[in-house]
Amino acid sequence: MACNGSNCQANCHRDEDERAARSDDVSSTAAVDGSGAVCVKCKANEPIPTAAISRGGEVGRFCADCFRSNLFAKFRHAVTSNAMISPADNVLVAFSGGHASRVALQFVHDMQYKAQKNFDASRDRSLPVFGVGVAFIDESTGYPITSSEMDRVLGDMKLMVSQLSPPTKELHIFPVHSVYSEGSRDSRERLKELLDRVSDATGKEDLLVHLRMLSLQKIASDNGYNRIVLGSCISRFASHVLSATVKGQGYSLPADIQYVDARWGVPLVFPLRDCLAQELSMLCHLDGLKTVELPNVPCSSINSLVSSFVALLQEENPSRECTIVRTAGKLTPFHFNRIPEINDCNVPLATRRRQKRSNLKLNGSISSESCCPICFSPLNKADLGSLETRQSASDVFGAACCSSCQFQILPQDSSDMEQFCSLLPEALFSRAKQSNYYDFGSLREQIQDYLLPDSETDP
Amino acid sequence: MAESHAKVQKVGGGRLCCICNERRAALKRPKTLEQICRECFFAVFEEEIHQVIVENQLFNPGERIAIGASGGKDSTVLAYVLSELNRRHDYRLDLFLLSVDEGITGYRDDSLETVKRNEIQYGLPLKIVSYKDLYGWTMDEIVKIIGLKNNCTFCGVFRRQALDRGASLLKVDKLVTGHNADDIAETVLLNILRGDIARLSRCTAITTGEDGPIPRCKPFKYTYEKEIVMYAYFKRLDYFSTECIYSPNAYRGFAREFIKDLERIRPRAILDIIKSGENFRIATSTKMPEQGTCERCGYISSQKWCKACVLLEGLNRGLPKLGIGRTRVLDKDQKKDLKQSIGTKSIASKQCGSLDF
Repeated sequence: MACNGSNCQANCHRDEDERAARSDDVSSTAAVDGSGAVCVKCKANEPIPTAAISRGGEVGRFCADCFRSNLFAKFRHAVTSNAMISPADNVLVAFSGGHASRVALQFVHDMQYKAQKNFDASRDRSLPVFGVGVAFIDESTGYPITSSEMDRVLGDMKLMVSQLSPPTKELHIFPVHSVYSEGSRDSRERLKELLDRVSDATGKEDLLVHLRMLSLQKIASDNGYNRIVLGSCISRFASHVLSATVKGQGYSLPADIQYVDARWGVPLVFPLRDCLAQELSMLCHLDGLKTVELPNVPCSSINSLVSSFVALLQEENPSRECTIVRTAGKLTPFHFNRIPEINDCNVPLATRRRQKRSNLKLNGSISSESCCPICFSPLNKADLGSLETRQSASDVFGAACCSSCQFQILPQDSSDMEQFCSLLPEALFSRAKQSNYYDFGSLREQIQDYLLPDSETDP
Repeated sequence: MAESHAKVQKVGGGRLCCICNERRAALKRPKTLEQICRECFFAVFEEEIHQVIVENQLFNPGERIAIGASGGKDSTVLAYVLSELNRRHDYRLDLFLLSVDEGITGYRDDSLETVKRNEIQYGLPLKIVSYKDLYGWTMDEIVKIIGLKNNCTFCGVFRRQALDRGASLLKVDKLVTGHNADDIAETVLLNILRGDIARLSRCTAITTGEDGPIPRCKPFKYTYEKEIVMYAYFKRLDYFSTECIYSPNAYRGFAREFIKDLERIRPRAILDIIKSGENFRIATSTKMPEQGTCERCGYISSQKWCKACVLLEGLNRGLPKLGIGRTRVLDKDQKKDLKQSIGTKSIASKQCGSLDF
């Protein structure tokens, strides 16, 4: 529609130009296969043959070495320009078994290995080597996986992590139902019941994602990690941009797609934000990085519909994913989308000096307010309903959630709300308590006995 | 939600309307999946549009309003509903129908007949402005020169200006168009896919061009396309539903199909996309194109000349490719490849037939 505008030529015709550029590419790679074309960077080696894996990104123009160093440079640039990892840090890599997180783990390991070499060689040893741990969240409670299959996956994983040393990395295998506080009975059954109560397929998926985040936070805080590295790549971010838009989360969207997300107790960092999924799987293929594939569960959720739409667009135009993320990148991020500055005098000066400041401009960012207790996305003030008439804790909890969670996760029938809340992990429920909105309800509960019915007690 | 409504008690072979609980439900409302009767559907459909008009203060009493009428379902329903609401809620508006005659034989002449019938049926005065009068060219003549490629560019650019010129001839205060919720949701997605942050920031506004001479607004911003079709069907409204002969497959866009798929899983997705579009926070530092006026005709333009003047100049000088595509010139062979490689499918659904926001 916008395409017949008076000055939109650039946009309408870009597709054609890109197609033209793509046909250029095709002809040049066709030439590669025949005669001795060379890598565009080093101009010495032969480029990676493209027939093996579907093309995308820099694949097909670089030789294997240049491709690898180019990818690692993207990773390192993201790490240093956003102060993701400092020498004193203890980093937890979230590993799902897939290509992206496998590359993240490998790159973090490479970085740590170099830091260790420098440490051993340096005289004053003022820069310590950051620590690395690996986390795997076992979600077999939510997905149908046989236990023998799970055992095989875990075995592979242990072997893989043990091969990534020195320095030694601890592997934390964490069943997702352990987000319930210790000592709570039948946590596995409780989680199952909770998920069964979410009727919307998309809501169920998203709730599991939130619980996974909560699990990572729990592992990190229980084991003294101060960073969580996630392997989300640009393809993942592009899908998230669209699915968040489709779910009506336009306000909170910019919070989820930056390099750093420090709204949680332990900040999340995304060093592979600039890498394409094809590039990452190509690297795994080239370097023989072993991945662990979990069986794919077919699902008809909004998320899977969006992913297949993005895949279709990417096929039609190989830079579409980048465009999507770049567009959404122009939305204003939040104040927590950067690593907090170290002001602690106990941290060695050398470490503090090393902490480069990101180029994220703070003046443009929004200082937020309250977050949804389920998905932890910042809430648009205009969306918050009036809470004055709500009295029970579960009602207040429901009202504190974002409209998207209210629709797809919370029960539609308010009479089921109390039961639903009792099934939620304590950590989720207590989050609502931290927000102001809950305080009002809890204050009211405390003075409940002294309030007369129908009196004007609401302030 | 769907399930709970499906369980509504069965009485006498059919379910009862879940709004009035009296009549038999005749349809499942696309927006909410509620099963309701025909009368209640008309009532909620009209009432929602009335609420949008009131809440957004789209009109002031005594204003002259032009309805952009193509003869298609959206503008026909818009004309019908607006004249109905104007009467019912005493908006005190002077309504006019405004049509653009692009000069497409076998398409626009037929649809204009529909609009002329609507003029009589709804008692609204009709004004038709034609490309021939405004620019000296009909679309038939333009297509003869430039062929079936890029012809939609001419049509779209000219239509936008033609509507404004027609509106000023009618001396109206506002122009309303029949863009529906599906259109706006698609625009939001397309602007994300194309990286057009400037349009993304303004495409969800219900009223646009308030700084210009004639503001435009979209009373159907929250109205689902399916409900418009349903309304036209049950009211037996007289509308024209043939595709433009110069762009027969304009409706097969990826984005539109995606929205239809989403709607199937979750009807509220369309409203959620619009909501996201409204809530996007765009940094003030983001560069926006500056708006000026065309040195030649005085129409709004970000360049020295407005697009219509550039295209017209090209036509009159016998250089019809002027102003189309980028300045970068592809050599002939490449162009040939290009033509072959481009399928009929694009990501946008409407290359033409619609009015730009």
